[in-house]
Amino acid sequence: MAFAHEIYVALAAVVFFILTLAETGRGTPRRFALLLSAGAVLSALWAFGAHGDLFGATYRVDAFSQTFKVLISLGFFIVVALGDGLKSYETEHEAEYYLFLSISVLGLTLLTSAMNLLTLYIALEVASYALYILVPLRRGDGSPQVEAAIKYILFGAAASGVSLFGISYVFGLAHTTDIATLVKTYPAIMAEPMGLVALSMMFASFFFKLAIFPFHVWTPDVYEGAANETSAIIATLPKIGAVAVLIRLTGMAGMGSDFTTLLVVLAALSMTFGNFAALVQTDVKRLLAFSSISHAGYMMTGILTNTITGSASAIYYVGGYLLMNLAIFFVIYNISTDSENVTVDDLKGLHSRSPLLAFTLAVGAFGLAGIPPTAGFAGKLFVLTSAFKSQHMWLVIIGAANTAISIYYYLKMVRAAYAPDDAAESAPKVDLSMLGKALGVAFILAILLVGSLPGYFMDLFKHAL
Amino acid sequence: MSEFFALNDSFSYPILSYLVFLPLAGAVVSLFLRGDKVLKGFAFLVMVAEALLSIPIYTNFDGATAKFQFAEFIPWVNAFDINYTLGVDGISLLLVMLTTFVMPLCVLCSWKYIDKRINEFVFALLVMETAMIGVFLSLDLILFYVFWEAMLIPMYLLIAVWGGDNKAYASLKFFLYTLAGSVMLLVAIIALYFSTGTFFVPTLMEHGYTFAFQFWVFLAFALAFAIKVPMFPFHTWLPAAHVEAPTPGSVILASVLLKMGTYGFLRFCLPITPTATLYLAPILLWISIISILYGGFVALGQKDIKKLVAYSSVGHMGFVTLGIFLINMQGVEGAILQMVNHGITTGALFICIGIIYERSHSRLIADNSAIGAFMPVYVAFLGLFSLSSLGFPGTNSFVGELLVLIGAFEKNKLIGAFAIPGALLAATYMLRLLQKIIWDKDDGHGHHGDGGHEHHFFDLNLREFGTLTFLAVFVVWIGLAPKPFIEKMTTSISKVISQTTATEASALLPEPGWSGFMKAMGAGDGHHGEESGHGESGHGMEAGGEAGGHEAPSTHGGESSHGESSGH
Repeated sequence: MAFAHEIYVALAAVVFFILTLAETGRGTPRRFALLLSAGAVLSALWAFGAHGDLFGATYRVDAFSQTFKVLISLGFFIVVALGDGLKSYETEHEAEYYLFLSISVLGLTLLTSAMNLLTLYIALEVASYALYILVPLRRGDGSPQVEAAIKYILFGAAASGVSLFGISYVFGLAHTTDIATLVKTYPAIMAEPMGLVALSMMFASFFFKLAIFPFHVWTPDVYEGAANETSAIIATLPKIGAVAVLIRLTGMAGMGSDFTTLLVVLAALSMTFGNFAALVQTDVKRLLAFSSISHAGYMMTGILTNTITGSASAIYYVGGYLLMNLAIFFVIYNISTDSENVTVDDLKGLHSRSPLLAFTLAVGAFGLAGIPPTAGFAGKLFVLTSAFKSQHMWLVIIGAANTAISIYYYLKMVRAAYAPDDAAESAPKVDLSMLGKALGVAFILAILLVGSLPGYFMDLFKHAL
Repeated sequence: MSEFFALNDSFSYPILSYLVFLPLAGAVVSLFLRGDKVLKGFAFLVMVAEALLSIPIYTNFDGATAKFQFAEFIPWVNAFDINYTLGVDGISLLLVMLTTFVMPLCVLCSWKYIDKRINEFVFALLVMETAMIGVFLSLDLILFYVFWEAMLIPMYLLIAVWGGDNKAYASLKFFLYTLAGSVMLLVAIIALYFSTGTFFVPTLMEHGYTFAFQFWVFLAFALAFAIKVPMFPFHTWLPAAHVEAPTPGSVILASVLLKMGTYGFLRFCLPITPTATLYLAPILLWISIISILYGGFVALGQKDIKKLVAYSSVGHMGFVTLGIFLINMQGVEGAILQMVNHGITTGALFICIGIIYERSHSRLIADNSAIGAFMPVYVAFLGLFSLSSLGFPGTNSFVGELLVLIGAFEKNKLIGAFAIPGALLAATYMLRLLQKIIWDKDDGHGHHGDGGHEHHFFDLNLREFGTLTFLAVFVVWIGLAPKPFIEKMTTSISKVISQTTATEASALLPEPGWSGFMKAMGAGDGHHGEESGHGESGHGMEAGGEAGGHEAPSTHGGESSHGESSGH
């Protein structure tokens, strides 16, 4: 059954909907969520080799989409698992939280399989709007999360408006919304200025999801205002979807067009701007927000090469980014006792409060910085190598130089966690549940193993393309 | 690629992999151990086992061939033709031995000094050993880069967690400097890959490149290595790191880490980018001279013993880079020997400093002066190592420096003449240090007469005595009978030199002057397009099967012309 995974995720959302109607005690929805998200990973793996078309080939299940579905459901399971007890939300919102989360995951799942600009747009909106709701639901007096939510919705809606407008131009120029046809016919249209304008506008909302400069402005405020566990979702899951769509759609630009130049410039600006802005941050989530802007630049570097190896590198990169970013969010979530935000100073003495969390943080941060033997290094190596092959030498040099800049703020976190600090050493120890401990160890092993044995994954992703 | 490997079936098991991963396995096991002495004892045992494991490599090493021995090859990432390739030749052999022999001493000298977070300390030390051995054994550029960068993390933690008062600044500076230096190394590695279709180092050495391409690759490599060595003006991280690092950190830094840079020059810059090396060697020779003189003069003015030895390292490493860029037999031989000597002598000096620091809790010369009466055995060792550091005849450094100086005079008398004052400066600052520490008169800052001095400065215990004796044996051994150490490396060195000075390398040299340089760079640009075109076609083959990547270079013109040149 080719569509088993989609059906499963949709049914999971229905289960959560029923839970919102019922009176449940604290923790019951979470137990359901753990079970159902673990099931989603299994069903994604089960449907891994599936092939099939639906609705007149507007929806296609192929190796490419199934690979992304595994990544998305894995991310789904991890974000559910790391939010132990859902500290930032009132009990009455617990079931709703998982309902909207699962709808967003459903949207992303559909997004990876969409083969028509309209199904793509609808899937994107399903994924986005569900996430918008999670932000203001955060417990507390209200102002930061509401501000974050408004920024997220307004920017998001504006970006998708521009996208929709762009899609209408694309349809006007090419007379079709079928992506498979567009990839073949659109490169010829790119010669006209209108073709470039239409494509650039259409990409707006994917740039927005990926937080590419200059579509990044919402990122720091939303990360900061959203709850720790929600920021973890916003930082990772939509990016996987965006990478999938961008890989599918960049083919429309053809080889060596002006659009590629545009992408090169945006990638370079993203890396550089994100890194420089991150240098001065004190709130860890804001810091991660700027770091994610810079990582979006690297993902874009792989995508814009428009080659199989480059795209496979981008998938590997986003997979590694998912693990490493979630590892750090896992640490943040567990440090903050009352769901408050965590500053770099709060990380001080973490080593004596919880050696496991400190080590997870170190592995995650060194991974994001791109130090071997982590997944972050292998990802950067692959992405830069692909870009070099496509003759983007300056982008490679800028990317490499940015690695050196970024290490400063990642080290800042590691240093805070490890440097001996008398005041912080008397602070209470962090209690981790069994699941939390297992998750911490799993993050460390996964980041190191995926990083030191990347060959298998690269072969897998290349086959998927 | 088997033509680059010498068949040597002395071992029925992959000994180099054992060597690389034994410490890592030890590190994993150490996570489950508890207790200060248990952990340090365990680490010591692992490192001694590692040292014993490395001895058969030395004894079974065939000095008659320049090929890589005990080689191992496992495909790693097919998508980019990255392989796990290990091998050892005459250049890396002694450095591997140096690493395995110095590491157990690092545990010994931390026996009392490191008293908190033992688990992490032992873990960092063992991971460090794996990374360092890996750097010396890797024959794949990506594998090399992985180990090269992976080294930074444990070293950073050694300074940042167990360091002195200013450790935050020093550790950050260390990390940023070395990382910033090596990111362009990665770009150069990728560029080489697209020019040849492989990351395999021996193939890269055989391949010919245009001058412009070599020039940029050389600069990227040289920046990374010059920071690591460190060469003037990239040396400023070293005194900071040395002063703040705990004794074992300083020993690793001085004995092994600094050698990575000079090893990189020898292994990569000379054979892969010979024309650029020949072209830029005069500049690097003069930078080496500046390093020697600058390091010597600054060492002369230090009040802090650790800083003094740190700046003296800048000078000594200047001798090593001087020897390397002479590109003649004596120079390179002396350079490698001097790498080993500096590892032994400076490591020993840092251990000596650690020993008095544990007694006086001060690194200042003034606070540790006139202790000769209380610690006679200690000052005897200190004297021996200081003499070795200044290159006194009969000690190891004399042989190395002499070889380098002979090479220098052979190459260019002026350079030789400028290197001599460097050796004199070493004598001046080391003798000044010795005089102050052993005999200096009490200048009234009060620890004489109150009995405290005698109480604090008790002489060496058995552990310290053993550590220093072990190093002292090598100081004298290499000093009196250097032949067994040199003879294993001669063949490899002559190969490197012939690769660098081969006719086709010199043929690409631009005409002297700025216009000649610009012409060569411009000509290279046109050619560069072809080079990358070649890379593309190499990749086309890659899709057909990974063998394509290896065959691409051997069909290139560089090989046949090499055959011609060696013919006459």
